[in-house]
Amino acid sequence: MNWFSLHLRAFVLALRRLVAQPLGTLLSALVVGIALSLPAAGYLLLDNVASLARGVSGTPEISVFMAQDASAADIAAIEKRLRADGELAGYRHVPKDEALRQLERSGLGDVLGGLTSNPLPDAFIITPGSDDPAAYEALHARFTAWPGVAHVQLDSAWVKRLHALLGLGQSAVLLLAGLLGFALVIVTFNTIRLQILTQRHEIDVSRLLGATDPFIRRPFYWFGTLQGLLGGGVALATVWATVQALGGPVASLAETYGAVFTLSGPGLRESAAILGFAAFLGWLGSAISVRRHLAERLT
Amino acid sequence: MIVFDEVVKRYPGGYTALAGVSFEIPAGELAVLSGHSGAGKSTLLKLIAAIERPTSGTVRISGQDVSGLRRRAIPYLRRSLGLVLQESRLLYDRSVFDNVMLPLLITGHPPRDAVKRVAAALDRVGLAGREREMPAGLSGGEQQRVAIARAIVNRPSILIADEPTAHLDTDYAAEIAALFKSFNAAGVTVLVSTHDKRLFAEHKPRGIVLGKGLLIEEAA
Repeated sequence: MNWFSLHLRAFVLALRRLVAQPLGTLLSALVVGIALSLPAAGYLLLDNVASLARGVSGTPEISVFMAQDASAADIAAIEKRLRADGELAGYRHVPKDEALRQLERSGLGDVLGGLTSNPLPDAFIITPGSDDPAAYEALHARFTAWPGVAHVQLDSAWVKRLHALLGLGQSAVLLLAGLLGFALVIVTFNTIRLQILTQRHEIDVSRLLGATDPFIRRPFYWFGTLQGLLGGGVALATVWATVQALGGPVASLAETYGAVFTLSGPGLRESAAILGFAAFLGWLGSAISVRRHLAERLT
Repeated sequence: MIVFDEVVKRYPGGYTALAGVSFEIPAGELAVLSGHSGAGKSTLLKLIAAIERPTSGTVRISGQDVSGLRRRAIPYLRRSLGLVLQESRLLYDRSVFDNVMLPLLITGHPPRDAVKRVAAALDRVGLAGREREMPAGLSGGEQQRVAIARAIVNRPSILIADEPTAHLDTDYAAEIAALFKSFNAAGVTVLVSTHDKRLFAEHKPRGIVLGKGLLIEEAA
């Protein structure tokens, strides 16, 4: 019998054992599934927020505001420097008169009408050539030192904060996945331990008849892997059902802010990752349990 | 061929089951191992199947020293033996067919050939047509026959049986004894331990008698 046939036999045997105890299988799959659905849902939530942030922020920009008393020569000098700067993707000059007109158009005309002079400075909206936060900081420092410049503002600051929060969230999800993954390994470990106890007679007889360790271990490995897969399936179904349930209310909420946002569920890649992760943890739990408990059996 | 050379087996705690036993069973012989309870019969058979290891001395099976066999090699030794233990040690949640099939699954026999072998083994022990029955529905003698069919299905060159007639009445026991003789007649080396030497007397076996861990009689 070749390697494939031996695994096929072990797979079928493991499947039979799962089917033979439907309630136990269902309960184990639910425990594993619910445990895995938490980090899976957390990951998807972060992914949705991240895509929302990407959509809102667009390309981060730097605003350079000139001093109120900056002369036309000062402004021309700055523009010349910007034109010569190889690290920039582009820039746009917003003269103070245009800035005032934009402000008036935004509905503040009545307020501005009381002013005797234009309080707004000339400004340059700059698009850096790099996404690297360090490059932004370097540009910020350089522009601040230029003569005639009163203030430099990183428009991406809030996006950076959001990204930092997302990073924190990802770490939390990873930690949660690690903890609950460990729980999954323990659940499988215990299930396999009970399996070995209930089948100890068959194991002993098989060994007396010449069964090798891999022959005895294989069905348990498959059992753990299949249990993990089933749990992964339950986790996917739970996440999918949650997305379906929350999709409508989230879209309605986004609409009140004038945005169009659809909560997206796990895609093919995420689904495969959840199932693969669950199957791996199931295999790991069974491997540890088999190694620990079969060694105690008769040689 | 089975060779024991000055074999000592001492269990943790100091109990000595075998105290320097030496004998030889040539290939193709029928040997009967007898002695009182606690004489060391089961220990001797366990040493052959590498279920136990000798404290000292050498056990050779078909020329191979099994005393210091590596753990990984033990299954392959057992596949070359047919083992019938005191209790039938059948799997009671499996059919007669599945029980006899187990050694062939372990050795990875092609399924079609395996099915034929199971049918032949059951036929050999007089259980043809009982494949689908469960062991619990069989008599003690029939269960022992299933265990024997399981032991011979891999066509071993050596058949070892530990008190196979222990819990059987006289008629059943005589049938089982006749079965072992028939296997021996087919060229299989048979070593049977029993309390009742008379069961095999008419087959003129080699006799090995143990007493308190010592070989007290060996007669060809």
